[in-house]
Amino acid sequence: MIEIRDLEKVYQMGEETVAALAGVSIDIARGEHIAITGASGSGKSTLMNIIGGLDRPTRGRYLFDGEDVSGFDDDDLANFRCRRIGFVFQSFQLLPRLTALQNVELPMVYAGLPPAERRARAATLLERVGLGARTGHRPTQMSGGQQQRVAIARALANSPDLLLADEPTGALDSQTGKDVLQLFRDLNAEGLTLVLVTHDQKVADQARRRVTFQDGKIISDQSGAGQ
Amino acid sequence: MRRIDLVVFAARAIIAHPTRSALTSLGVVIGVAAVVMMTSIGLGAQQRVTSAIGGLGSNLLIVSPGASRGPGGGFVSQGAGTGQTLTEDDARAIQTQVEGAAAVAPSVRGGAQLTAEGANWQTRVEGVTPDYLTARDLTIASGRMFDENEARQGRKVIVIGQTIATELFGADIDPVGKRIRVGSVPFEVVGVLASRGQSGFGQDQDDIVLGPLQAVRSRVVGRRVQGSNVQTIYVKADTADDMDRLQEDVTNLLRERHRIRQGAEDDFSVQNMASIMEAMQASVKTFTSLLAAVAAVSLVVGGVGIMNIMLVAVTERTREIGLRMAVGARRNDVLFQFALEAITLSVIGGIIGLIIGVGGGFLMAKLGDWPVAIAGWSIPVSLGFSLIVGLVFGAYPSWRAARLDPIEALRRE
Repeated sequence: MIEIRDLEKVYQMGEETVAALAGVSIDIARGEHIAITGASGSGKSTLMNIIGGLDRPTRGRYLFDGEDVSGFDDDDLANFRCRRIGFVFQSFQLLPRLTALQNVELPMVYAGLPPAERRARAATLLERVGLGARTGHRPTQMSGGQQQRVAIARALANSPDLLLADEPTGALDSQTGKDVLQLFRDLNAEGLTLVLVTHDQKVADQARRRVTFQDGKIISDQSGAGQ
Repeated sequence: MRRIDLVVFAARAIIAHPTRSALTSLGVVIGVAAVVMMTSIGLGAQQRVTSAIGGLGSNLLIVSPGASRGPGGGFVSQGAGTGQTLTEDDARAIQTQVEGAAAVAPSVRGGAQLTAEGANWQTRVEGVTPDYLTARDLTIASGRMFDENEARQGRKVIVIGQTIATELFGADIDPVGKRIRVGSVPFEVVGVLASRGQSGFGQDQDDIVLGPLQAVRSRVVGRRVQGSNVQTIYVKADTADDMDRLQEDVTNLLRERHRIRQGAEDDFSVQNMASIMEAMQASVKTFTSLLAAVAAVSLVVGGVGIMNIMLVAVTERTREIGLRMAVGARRNDVLFQFALEAITLSVIGGIIGLIIGVGGGFLMAKLGDWPVAIAGWSIPVSLGFSLIVGLVFGAYPSWRAARLDPIEALRRE
């Protein structure tokens, strides 16, 4: 599904140029469950942002289902994020004034779905993540674990090809973190491709494939075991 | 995305902060209300000026003895008897030799006590020719105007205004055929003038008595006006377009008749009511524009208020913008959401301002005692302007929101 070759991302920091990615090549197949680990500043988040279409590489090739994403303009990227990618963030990033249902609806609004259809699908998704009874609650009325489930439901709104999660358990206590990871495993078992960025080795160990970053490069790429 | 959802987003954001939204709109409310009220005051004043001068008779030249004093001195009273330079012959000459004069009416006037059936009334009596009615746009309500023969023969007949009729005979009695003593001389009432109400200058235009020139001159005015002299000659033009030419012709004719040498001052003055009206309307218009311009400045200030609050909103909602972009909002979706928010605030302010402005216009008209004059165009124009204000001052904050980097925005606390 994803083919990345010699990807580089260079930032200009005043006089200095900093290479966040210094030649990364990786293939991701449909249905994979990948954990990307590495120290902060190792380039893992940059790669995730590029894969998710939030950022563009300086050099290199990024093909998604054969399409060259690095050549997309802003609107193409927005559309790409809308329909093919689901994001889950460490800090949930729910809009505080909207209910759980409205938060989950948001990506479908940008996809142009009519309200009735949006609402029905959002309710189904909240049911799927175990929050069927809380559709009318606002984020402030929910626990961290519940908020992250809402965020996961939102990420699934437009049936994405790929779910990108950046430290999804970072803000949760260990039990709710485990529950969220279990949810991810279930979704993966249903066929969803999953890329998790984390610096928590325990979280990374749960993935079937583990990629480790250091100084903008992949230093190890192991498959097997996990779970 | 569907357009209606943009509207929903904008509306939600406005409703989320009711106080802030109200205060943001307030600037536009004040601006639009001020523009509407100022233009309505200006229009009311303009109408009042028009009716004030129009009440003197449109298309009218007023020829008076003695040179006018200084610029615009036409309004300075010459004082009775200061000039004895105009005669009935002058009036006749204007009638016969100047082209485009529809009516020429010489007149004299003097104060007198009127008495009839025990009632009395102090007023001013004018001695005129029948053409006076045409020249001053007066009409007879009952009875008739005296004719040329009666005027020439010095017959003691008069035409009176409604005020006189009411004061001397009561409201319900037709005074035609009754007698009135003017001073000590009895006159017969042959007609009553149609009511004209108050003039724009606040004078009662129905407090009027018209008699034949000769009779009034000799019996009422007395020695102050001698021979066949007159105090004023009213010249009404055929059309309003030709007033300047007519004024010039009358001036030239009178200079010639009075044998005034080249370069010497006129011993009479000719006032052109049309040009006086034009000048006054122009000054009122300028004044109105000035008021509207000052009001428009407050509209701009209101726009700056909107821009200020929208910039704050963009900063406050940076993370929200980042999130919206991450889940698929295009830059234009963000741009339009914020622009729509600014425009909505501005237009709501415009509508409220319009209501207040129209209400204020009515109130001002009542207090100022002039006709309500809400210009029809002020409604679409003020709404259009509030739309433009929202668009212009919402543009920069919306643009700032739309060009945020989603990664940076999501990281913002």
